[in-house]
Amino acid sequence: MAAPPTPRTPTGADRPVLEAHGIRKAFPGVLALDGVDLSLFPGEVHALMGENGAGKSTLIKVLTGVHPPDAGTVSVDGSLQWFAEPLEAQHAGISTVYQEVNLCPNLSVAENILIGREPRRLGLVHWSALHERAERLITELELDLDVRLPLSAHSLAVQQLVAIVRAVDVKAKVLILDEPTSSLDRDEVVQLFALVRRLRDRGVAILFVTHFIDQVFDLCDRVTVLRNGRLEGAYRVDELTSVTLVHRMVGSELRTLDELAERSHTGTAATPESADTPFLSARGLARSGAVQPYDLDIHRGEVIGLAGLLGSGRTEAARLLFGADHADAGELRIDGERAVLRSPRAAIAHKIAFCSENRKEEGLAGELTVRENIVLALQAARGWTRPLSRTRQDEIAARWIEVLDIRPAAPEAQVRNLSGGNQQKVLLARWLLTDPEMLILDEPTRGIDIGAKTEIQKLVTRLAAEGTAVLFISAELEEVLRLSHRVGVLRDHRLVATLPNDPTLTPDRILGTIATGATS
Amino acid sequence: MNTTLSSLTRPLQRFSVRHAVRLPLMVTATLLVAMFSIGSLQYEGFFSAQVLLNVLIDNGFLLVVAIGMTFVILTGGIDLSVGSMVALSTMLTAWLVEQNGAPLALAVPLVLLVGAGGGALMGWVIHTFEIQPFIVTLAGMFLARGLCYMISTESISLTDPTTTRIAQTRVLLPGGLFISPAVVIALVVLALAFVVLHHTRFGRTVYALGGNESSARLMGLPVGRTKVAVYAVSGLCSALGGLLLTFYMLSGYALHAVGMELDAIAAVVIGGTLLTGGSGFVLGTALGVTVLGLIQTIISFQGTLSSWWTRIVIGGLLFVFILLQRLFGGSRPAH
Ligand SMILES: Nc1ncnc2c1ncn2[C@@H]1O[C@H](COP(=O)(O)OP(=O)(O)OP(=O)(O)O)[C@@H](O)[C@H]1O
Ligand SMILES: [Mg+2]
Repeated sequence: MAAPPTPRTPTGADRPVLEAHGIRKAFPGVLALDGVDLSLFPGEVHALMGENGAGKSTLIKVLTGVHPPDAGTVSVDGSLQWFAEPLEAQHAGISTVYQEVNLCPNLSVAENILIGREPRRLGLVHWSALHERAERLITELELDLDVRLPLSAHSLAVQQLVAIVRAVDVKAKVLILDEPTSSLDRDEVVQLFALVRRLRDRGVAILFVTHFIDQVFDLCDRVTVLRNGRLEGAYRVDELTSVTLVHRMVGSELRTLDELAERSHTGTAATPESADTPFLSARGLARSGAVQPYDLDIHRGEVIGLAGLLGSGRTEAARLLFGADHADAGELRIDGERAVLRSPRAAIAHKIAFCSENRKEEGLAGELTVRENIVLALQAARGWTRPLSRTRQDEIAARWIEVLDIRPAAPEAQVRNLSGGNQQKVLLARWLLTDPEMLILDEPTRGIDIGAKTEIQKLVTRLAAEGTAVLFISAELEEVLRLSHRVGVLRDHRLVATLPNDPTLTPDRILGTIATGATS
Repeated sequence: MNTTLSSLTRPLQRFSVRHAVRLPLMVTATLLVAMFSIGSLQYEGFFSAQVLLNVLIDNGFLLVVAIGMTFVILTGGIDLSVGSMVALSTMLTAWLVEQNGAPLALAVPLVLLVGAGGGALMGWVIHTFEIQPFIVTLAGMFLARGLCYMISTESISLTDPTTTRIAQTRVLLPGGLFISPAVVIALVVLALAFVVLHHTRFGRTVYALGGNESSARLMGLPVGRTKVAVYAVSGLCSALGGLLLTFYMLSGYALHAVGMELDAIAAVVIGGTLLTGGSGFVLGTALGVTVLGLIQTIISFQGTLSSWWTRIVIGGLLFVFILLQRLFGGSRPAH
């Protein structure tokens, strides 16, 4: 363990605003945190890093009164505190955005931002003031949306931003953000960082969880690293390089480091033979209000990346190919034959799999076990009259837990108790095991640590090499470029270009296409 | 488990999202108009405002009980104890007034207090021990009914002059129409409930709780307090409903209001409130109660059908409405 770092912060404050000492938290079967310390000073941005399941979210939940710790102390402004409820932490000036979007889908955006502290007049909610204030907060983040609509009308990314707006509005001394950037695009990340810097300059202490190494160097002053529930150490960011930081996170497993170095060379394979009939071919496929007519061919063994800003219609375009939404114009051919996908079931019957970006709402059944979640799609594909035997299920679960390195490697653990990144892996396993001919991956690496991300990227490459068609949606352009043979660029719900991924294609060129709507 | 696939089909269109919430309400309103028109065409003397007002007079107590139930269902809970609570209130009032000579001014607040207290207690148990509301309120249902029999196994009729005078009071409206004071009380409760649900912090928290309870907790909303309060409101409403029933029946009896919890739930559901919580309107509940009352009226006008047909029709309607809920945005995955 490293020696405690010298507390030097931008504001030179010498007393931490939030301090945790010797935190220990066990769940049945897992020791999630074991003697973890953390100190946050006013006016610093502090990164909390670690692999999936390292205990980051658990630490945050213990700090904010969601889980009681088994041992250890938390102090605010030097005095010991004990929060029994998240509400109490809020009253003490600690404002938190938890990892999964935790808002109420049935309430309006404005209410989600302000509920619990609505402006009131004569004891009644002052609706016009509420909407006005919500609108002001939203525009501060340069967002443009109707605050009166229910939250459920908005995409996951917007929901995440709304959660951030909510947390920022509280007059907070400490702002905790658990993977706030996971479903955001570049632009939103830039906005968010600007906001975080403004808050930091105002003297707010910010705890920031991310799996993006660059963001740490971009934004943070200090970093605390957890590994397997233990404190690995706390460092000043300027003392570290990205290699040493990753090394601290993954420990001595240099294997991952090697892969990291090598990943930029995996490069693009040769485009598969495009002469044969594509596996899937869309002509003028459209859905009003969601996507303009678009043409797209996906061949077996080909990876098509979809790039575009948040809300540009990436997900919507993909949902049409899975029958999750109905196209109201255009034609779809699968293996050259006309197909009408009335429902996801129909798509599954054509061996198309869709791994949704919204794992909480649309993907996983939290009360079920890891095993049950993994076999769910396969079972659905077989039909309920031909149940999988328990031994088969066990085999399958064990195999995918190993392939994707799901931790803890416990097939009978409830999925909702898994860390965010490990839930994502379970969802992926479910679809991979149906042995699809075409795989649609919507933000599959979101919230996944750097080691697992490399694994998933390798898996995509391997699946394509084995002849699977892949549609890969990601906000990370580097990742799209690394994996895809061709890149479709969306802008304002329109597929503006499909670019072959040759060496001239760079993130900047894609961004240019997004900005101008024309191929440059 | 089906939510996995079926929720993928959930359309994300803005328009539908905005209007989906109101849709069930419109369906109920349309149904009401249709029922009234059919009744008027079929039966002599049906087409009059007094027929509608009589529906309210005969169901004012049910409306009050169903309003309390709406609060509970909006949080995603259920309260099965309301029917027994109503019976207990009639029993308690009759016993206090008739057999102990207590003045109404004392009996009424006492009964209301018992109702609210009993509800709060159930809410507290539900929250603290994280037990299904279904089970806790089922226990409450048996308990309250049992307490009735402890007071008396016989019906106690009310002969107290003040009580009977109030019971016979009619509030006259222009055009020779009239209603009972119970209707006025029920409508005041309705207005209050509307304001509370839509314009107070407590009301909004009720909706938040129904939307997603664990989120509400992480958002720092007072989840525990709100849950206790919601069951207290339901208890209070059933006590008040019991008082209204006492005046309506002029008696207290352990077998009053048997199965009323189911009528109340039916009214709430037909009024467009989702049983999963988070979506619905208390005004819809008023429409739901009117629909139920109108079914009875039509059947009594019809004359030859046995009153059990009311049950059958309500059952059929409930079925249809629950199917409708499923089709129109009711397919949110449960959390
Ligand atoms: N409620 C719970 N019940 C049981 N185990 C839990 C619970 N919450 C978390 N765990 C376990 O505790 C460990 C730490 O999880 P945590 O969510 O803190 O990880 P994390 O560092 O946030 O990971 P990620 O980067 O994937 O979000 C994991 O092994 C997880 O399975
Ligand atoms: Mg986490």
